[in-house]
Amino acid sequence: MRLEALHLDRGGRIFLALLAVTTLLVPILNLAVPADSPLHVSTYTVTLLGKYLTYALLAVAVDLVWGYLGILSLGHGAFFALGGYAMGMYLMLQIGDRGVYGNPDLPDFMVFLNWHELPWFWHGFDMFWFAALMVILVPGTLAFVFGWLTFRSRVTGVYLSIITQALTYALMLAFFRNEMGFGGNNGLTDFKDLLGFDLQSDATRIGLFIASALALAGGYLACRYLVNSKLGRVAVAIRDAESRTRFIGYRVEQVKLWIFTFSAVLAGIAGALYVPQVGIINPGEFSPLNSIEIVVWVAIGGRATLYGAVLGALLVNYGKTYLTGVMPDAWLFALGGLFVLVTLFLPQGIAGLMRRKEVQA
Amino acid sequence: MPVRCLSRGGGTGGWRAGLIAGLLLIALIPTAFADPADFQRGAALIAENRFASLEEGVALVAASGDPQARKLLLALQGSDLYLRKSDRTLVVAARGTDGYDLLDPLTGEPAGSVASKRELKRVRINNRLRSQLRSAIAGLDLSHPDPAVRLSGVTEMIANLDAEGLDLLRARMPNEPDAEVREAMTTAIALGDLESPDPEARIASLAELKGTLHPAVRGSIRRLIDTDPDPEVRQAAQRATDSIEFKLQLYSLAETLFFGLSLGSVLVLAAIGLAITFGVMGVINMAHGELIMLGAYTTYIVQQLMPDHIGASVLIAVPAAFLVSGAVGILIERGVIRFLYGRPLETLLATFGISLVLQQLVRTLISPQNVPVANPEWMSGAWQINSVLSLTMNRMVIIAFCLIVFAALYLVMRRTALGLQVRAVSQNRAMARAMGVRSARVDALTFGLGSGIAGVAGVALSQLTNVGPNLGQSYIIDSFMVVVFGGVGNLWGTLVAGMSLGVVNKFLEPWAGAVLAKILVLVFIILFIQKRPRGLFPQKGRAAEA
Repeated sequence: MRLEALHLDRGGRIFLALLAVTTLLVPILNLAVPADSPLHVSTYTVTLLGKYLTYALLAVAVDLVWGYLGILSLGHGAFFALGGYAMGMYLMLQIGDRGVYGNPDLPDFMVFLNWHELPWFWHGFDMFWFAALMVILVPGTLAFVFGWLTFRSRVTGVYLSIITQALTYALMLAFFRNEMGFGGNNGLTDFKDLLGFDLQSDATRIGLFIASALALAGGYLACRYLVNSKLGRVAVAIRDAESRTRFIGYRVEQVKLWIFTFSAVLAGIAGALYVPQVGIINPGEFSPLNSIEIVVWVAIGGRATLYGAVLGALLVNYGKTYLTGVMPDAWLFALGGLFVLVTLFLPQGIAGLMRRKEVQA
Repeated sequence: MPVRCLSRGGGTGGWRAGLIAGLLLIALIPTAFADPADFQRGAALIAENRFASLEEGVALVAASGDPQARKLLLALQGSDLYLRKSDRTLVVAARGTDGYDLLDPLTGEPAGSVASKRELKRVRINNRLRSQLRSAIAGLDLSHPDPAVRLSGVTEMIANLDAEGLDLLRARMPNEPDAEVREAMTTAIALGDLESPDPEARIASLAELKGTLHPAVRGSIRRLIDTDPDPEVRQAAQRATDSIEFKLQLYSLAETLFFGLSLGSVLVLAAIGLAITFGVMGVINMAHGELIMLGAYTTYIVQQLMPDHIGASVLIAVPAAFLVSGAVGILIERGVIRFLYGRPLETLLATFGISLVLQQLVRTLISPQNVPVANPEWMSGAWQINSVLSLTMNRMVIIAFCLIVFAALYLVMRRTALGLQVRAVSQNRAMARAMGVRSARVDALTFGLGSGIAGVAGVALSQLTNVGPNLGQSYIIDSFMVVVFGGVGNLWGTLVAGMSLGVVNKFLEPWAGAVLAKILVLVFIILFIQKRPRGLFPQKGRAAEA
């Protein structure tokens, strides 16, 4: 893919350059610099950064549908979590007989529930390629079916937002049930290794961090390419005047469906990279609150810019980590206040602020 | 039975058993023939505090017809009957201010008090005595002046019916003045006739028992289906069972419907404020749940202020919650939302931020834990319609409250100047302004009205669920579902949608479990929106295009 898509995307060029530098520097500072040096980056920080990068990818996915297509999805957390669960199932089966109950075939929670064989939908997840395929297929298929039903019957705007929220809420309730076979309340955890690499080792953490950075860069470039293409222009036309675009003769439903599905796949990949780094996936990831938080990252960063979404995800999550550590009570005040202030005074987000400066200069 | 008597009373057990049987028979004879001295003798036997003498004593007391007999037996049954160690007299002990207050069971007069139970010795009873006591008390109940006591006596007898009890019932029934008690007696007698050797009598009693819902009746008839020698009786028993089963199903259907309507009322209450702010004004208020929460917390605070009048506190909390949530709503509208009209998605984000702030505010100011909210006494209890169907009071109050709130809101929207202006602004803002409607003021008042109703819903919810900072979150999605399902901008739609979702949920529950039922309802709504994107009752005309 040629990079001419970035020609007009100054923010994107800066972001990708920064990402490249970070991706090169962090492993060196973590592995090569001795632990007592002030320049040393702890493995904890590496994992934290890796987690932020998966959030950033998720934010890019949401920005693609919200910023460029006008679909405010309040259910993207569901696709993220589904990708995470697919990866979690693979990691779960990698534990083998090292679990608490030492059963080589069944994950601990199934032994605990007195199940005697693997449910049919767990088959194949012991192979990485299959799990990787599912990371893409499961969120993609759900988004495709959901989108096909919804866009065809022209559910738009607020209604669409609310039923995406209902979707993730229903999934959350479903995954909380033990009978579903996904570990219920506790979710999947206690992972040991990924493709034979020990998840606790520094090198694996660095590997996952680099993978997240690459996925983010790849996802960003793909989205940039997409929004600069003809398809992307039609998408913007749909966002601004859906009926008019339809009357001109574009097949609005198809455009929406494919971009929505693509975005869901990106979210799924982000989830799959997120799970091995945090070491757990549970139904809480489906909670509607999480999905709204993603939207807030995008809103704060500035929508329809893509790099704004990355910026928002990184800043808000850094703020969250910092504030919940320093004064846990203040976090919700800060987040809530931020929503109100940003929507009132910064409708274009931080990216919009920077752009305004550019114009003035 | 004699085994135990022999082991304890030696050779005397035989005549004792005979005496008991005889005394039980005496107990069945109307009290006119009773000897008042029997009461004293029986009480003396009970005071011996040995199982064998207790049986005799209970029988004598039961047959004595003394006005204190029933109380004495009840005390014995409830393990409240003691011997005072100092003088070995019978006393009934009840926990008093310090120590125990005593009553003389023979006269019903107070008999002083003791500091601790060590000065008393409990009169102990065993299982056989317990069942003897049950039927003796039931027999006494039958002659009690209060029909309710008589009815419970008969019901008690139905549960463990014996020949003596049956004779007693036969003797009492013709003189029974209360129709309900008489009907229960008829049932009991018919139940006894099921054991009659005459097949005609059995068939006749089966016909009598056709519509009876008492569990003992069902068991007896079912036994007859399998064991009765006469095929005609077996057929009649089958018919009777079928008709009883049908009736039971009908009642369980009614019960599920009632549960569904009460759940639906909760949904409607939670959603109806949203039907105003979202439905009429088009504002997606994600802080709606927190306005409900504020209402619930207002109830809590009102109760803290008047801990001695819990019954009235709920009634005071309703207007208080309306004012608190309404004021916060107006504040939100004036402070944030008015800058965001026409940008629904931004409103969503801003109000979501407000909801987080409100949650944290409650956590910081009051407590991160759930707070206890008391239920007033007039909301507890149940209306027992028959032995299988009872409607709990709090659910009935919720249904009634929901309908009252709905009616009030409907009248405000239809019959007041404010309602007219609200509808005008929601249909065509520019035109309404041109006609002289102060749209900014109308917006603020409408939002305040919707928020206030949310607060009122919070008062109702505080009586049903835990009151905590997360209370609102659990209702926000349900509320949006109800409004969207019913059709935005339509109060009737909200009512119908909330009620039907509640009923559907409750009908699915026994079949699918509570969580799965909820999931199915959500999926159903998602699919329904595909078919009718504007809900059950879509707005017609130009307003629908907005």
